[in-house]
Amino acid sequence: MAEKPKLHYFNGRGRMETIRWLLAAAGVEFEEELFETREEFEKLIQGGTLMYEQVPMVEIDGMNLVETRAILRYIAAKYDLYGRNLKEQAWIDMYVEGLKDLSDMIMYFPLSLPEEKEMNLAYILERATTRFFPVYEKALRDHGQNFLVGNQLSWADIQLLEVILMAEECKPSVLSGFPLLQEFKARISHIPTINKFLQPGSQRKPPLDEESMETVKNIFKFEHGMFLKNMGTIVAEY
Amino acid sequence: MACRPKLHYFNGRGRMESIRWLLAAAGIEFEEKFIESPEDLEKLRNDGSLMFQQVPMVEIDGMKLVQTRAILNYIATKYNLYGKDIKERALIDMYVEGVADLNEMILLFSICPPGEKDAKLALIKERTTKRYFPAFEKVLKSHGQDYLVGNKLSRADIHLVELLYYVEEIDSSLIANFPLLKALEARVSNLPTVKKFLQPGSQRKPPMDEKSLEEAKKIFKFK
Repeated sequence: MAEKPKLHYFNGRGRMETIRWLLAAAGVEFEEELFETREEFEKLIQGGTLMYEQVPMVEIDGMNLVETRAILRYIAAKYDLYGRNLKEQAWIDMYVEGLKDLSDMIMYFPLSLPEEKEMNLAYILERATTRFFPVYEKALRDHGQNFLVGNQLSWADIQLLEVILMAEECKPSVLSGFPLLQEFKARISHIPTINKFLQPGSQRKPPLDEESMETVKNIFKFEHGMFLKNMGTIVAEY
Repeated sequence: MACRPKLHYFNGRGRMESIRWLLAAAGIEFEEKFIESPEDLEKLRNDGSLMFQQVPMVEIDGMKLVQTRAILNYIATKYNLYGKDIKERALIDMYVEGVADLNEMILLFSICPPGEKDAKLALIKERTTKRYFPAFEKVLKSHGQDYLVGNKLSRADIHLVELLYYVEEIDSSLIANFPLLKALEARVSNLPTVKKFLQPGSQRKPPMDEKSLEEAKKIFKFK
């Protein structure tokens, strides 16, 4: 009997959350070992299981997988959430890479310098509603199907729902110009495994509050102004 | 007969170079349409050719693929450079993403303002010699095989060797204590397709100079 995957991270969303979503949607039970201090993180590093001394790390099928995308691709492929052929895989990859660009911005937003918060939020919302959401609305409109790719649930649908909910936390009415995304949100949320994950008490993590923000900063030793530094070329109009 | 892939980007390395390397290593001939002005980029956007209004974009097999990783994944899978099963693919992905992380630092270094260059360079050197090179040397040492995964050439080897060339451009002494990486670089460089790509006159792009940096800034509107 296979062991459950074991997730190593801090007790928050960060880069692990999409992995939690994917496993949950696939109906795969998982364990979590969540560190809370810099010392605990360093202990994990010293254990030698982190190839680049970084997390996320997931113990799965005898491997200590690191790098978010490597982990996500493995899970998606294993649980048939990666399309039926190479072309479908390509569409899924395009969609999830776009979603990651947006979700990274949202993820880094709490690290904004206070004087930049308003500007960064405006930027995130502008990008969400003019660059990213229109793409997914159009995809659904063009083929009229219930899922983004290949008329079946894939990694792209799961991550799109995740990012929609993150964006709504920034602005509840962010989907107001996107009727098909609103239907999509309702439809995907009702899939039993996903519905279960959305209930209180699941392993889904809440957004960072002031206190957990400080914890995260201490564990990972972030610098000030990390939002802009990490947005690199995304911040440029490009 | 299939059309050649067509690459849309500016005339420089940027985020397209790893795609050029992979196609070249796979022995695939490709065309390039260079974006030379902001207007060229606008035209691509207005044509609806760019899913997220961004390049790289590669026309291949009837699709207009965007997002560097989507493009690389497609090419690697199509040309059997992605391992034989999902476990090999997972290892390849782990290695490739580590390479991409260091590569990203080098990319951002090439376009950063002069005042930030020293700090970025120091971090790159430290990460290279303390984090990334040791990790890859360890993989090669652990199995003693010629290639990173599955005893067979994969995209992981190609991306890593590309990275080794960039590190060498920054500081050729950084690879000094990594004999297996040096051997991999030599081995992959001698593969006929790669050797051809490394010759002058190939579609491989040179490092960014002042002029191409100014051009990129104009096209992509960053400071």
